[in-house]
Amino acid sequence: MIEDIETQNIELQLLLQAIYLKYGYDFRNYAKASVKRRILHRLNKDSFANISAMQHKLLYDVNFFETLLLDLSINVTEMFRDPSFYLALRQKVIPVLKHFPFLKIWHAGCSTGEEVYSMAIVLKEEDLYERTQIYATDMNEVALKQAREGIFPINRLKQYTINYQKAGGKESFSDYYAAHYDHAVMDKSLKENILFSDHNLATDGVFGEMNLILCRNVLIYFNRELQNRAIRLFSESLCPTGFLCLGTKESIRLSEDSEHFEDVVKEERIYQKKH
Amino acid sequence: MFEAVVIGSSAGGIKALTYVLSALPHEFPLPIIIVQHLHPNSDSYLTKILGAKCGLLVKQADEKETIERGIVYLAPPNYHLLIEEDHTFSLSLEGPVNFARPSVDVLFESALFAYRGKLIGIILTGANHDGAQGVKQIKSAGGYIIVQDPATAEAEAMPRAAIVAASVDKILPLDQIGPYLLQLVNRSQSRRHPFE
Repeated sequence: MIEDIETQNIELQLLLQAIYLKYGYDFRNYAKASVKRRILHRLNKDSFANISAMQHKLLYDVNFFETLLLDLSINVTEMFRDPSFYLALRQKVIPVLKHFPFLKIWHAGCSTGEEVYSMAIVLKEEDLYERTQIYATDMNEVALKQAREGIFPINRLKQYTINYQKAGGKESFSDYYAAHYDHAVMDKSLKENILFSDHNLATDGVFGEMNLILCRNVLIYFNRELQNRAIRLFSESLCPTGFLCLGTKESIRLSEDSEHFEDVVKEERIYQKKH
Repeated sequence: MFEAVVIGSSAGGIKALTYVLSALPHEFPLPIIIVQHLHPNSDSYLTKILGAKCGLLVKQADEKETIERGIVYLAPPNYHLLIEEDHTFSLSLEGPVNFARPSVDVLFESALFAYRGKLIGIILTGANHDGAQGVKQIKSAGGYIIVQDPATAEAEAMPRAAIVAASVDKILPLDQIGPYLLQLVNRSQSRRHPFE
């Protein structure tokens, strides 16, 4: 069994290398434990004899790779996730942003878009939307497609409405969507200034001159090296005094670039790039 | 020779954990890593309760934190807690496993990969089957499993499922788990240093 673990680790390393060489997606610097868990989950589900057999399959079958890519990218999100974060954003960040004539916001790792629409709603209610360009990026095309559509299962809306209210929402949440059978279609006007596009934090470069970058619950899946890369990328993509928002359990404290930032709301992981 | 203790508990777990941990001395030589099922929105009150009742430092596990001996780490509510091969923590928001996040199985499986078999796993009271799979895996890698005697558990499903899943090493009433754990660890530590 111990020997199996060693062999499996070698196979895992080779598999990630194969994915990178063949398809260009780089999971080599992801936190291993969780990647391994998801690979083994697929292995059991599809009854592969071992990871090597799975590697063979993915090299020759792009459809299987697409499946595995979905396994590897975690698309768990909700609207106004962590309402206290959005409340802090309204109270501490929005008033500063109001001084700018034009705003650029980058939502990195936006997944299926729930949090991008949340941000759009906040901007509307704060009279900032018209002068804002939002760039929403993700490495996963399937997730991005869903994000672009802005159609969400209606059974989630009850929770989202509660979140919206806790997050300091000023209107009636139902004004922002139209119920259509078992789906909620987000209001079209929310998407007008959102540009959805493909960007991979592991392999792609700087996204220029942002006033605000949100990247929530993405870095927890990276190892320290890749976290450093991403935070450097954010630091270089922000204009001076620009804001960076991470997930509740994420921190820039251990990053090499942490000295370029100061805390705005520490417990909500809202940071500001120094001048 | 063991390198870590992992504990899974659910319904009735706070009382059970208090019992077990309060039997351990300040200089307990291994890290203790716990998944207790909690409401997703609960804050850090469990850390406070357990910290007040036991001699060891109790804290919530931080992302990328290096695991150290003599510290009790709790999985944060609403996140899976995983252990990396370099003995640091990872968190994950993957969907619930056995309807639970954090899940005992997720912790146990990653702990087994990180510590190979040099692991003590403990299953306490709980009303579901989370942990059974992890117990099976730890056993097959040569680890040691202690399960709370279902008769002394507030909810017996979880210890019962663990006992069914694998031939566990020890089934003990709640009040004996802490003292037994201490004895087991001390015995293995003295074997490791025969000349001390």
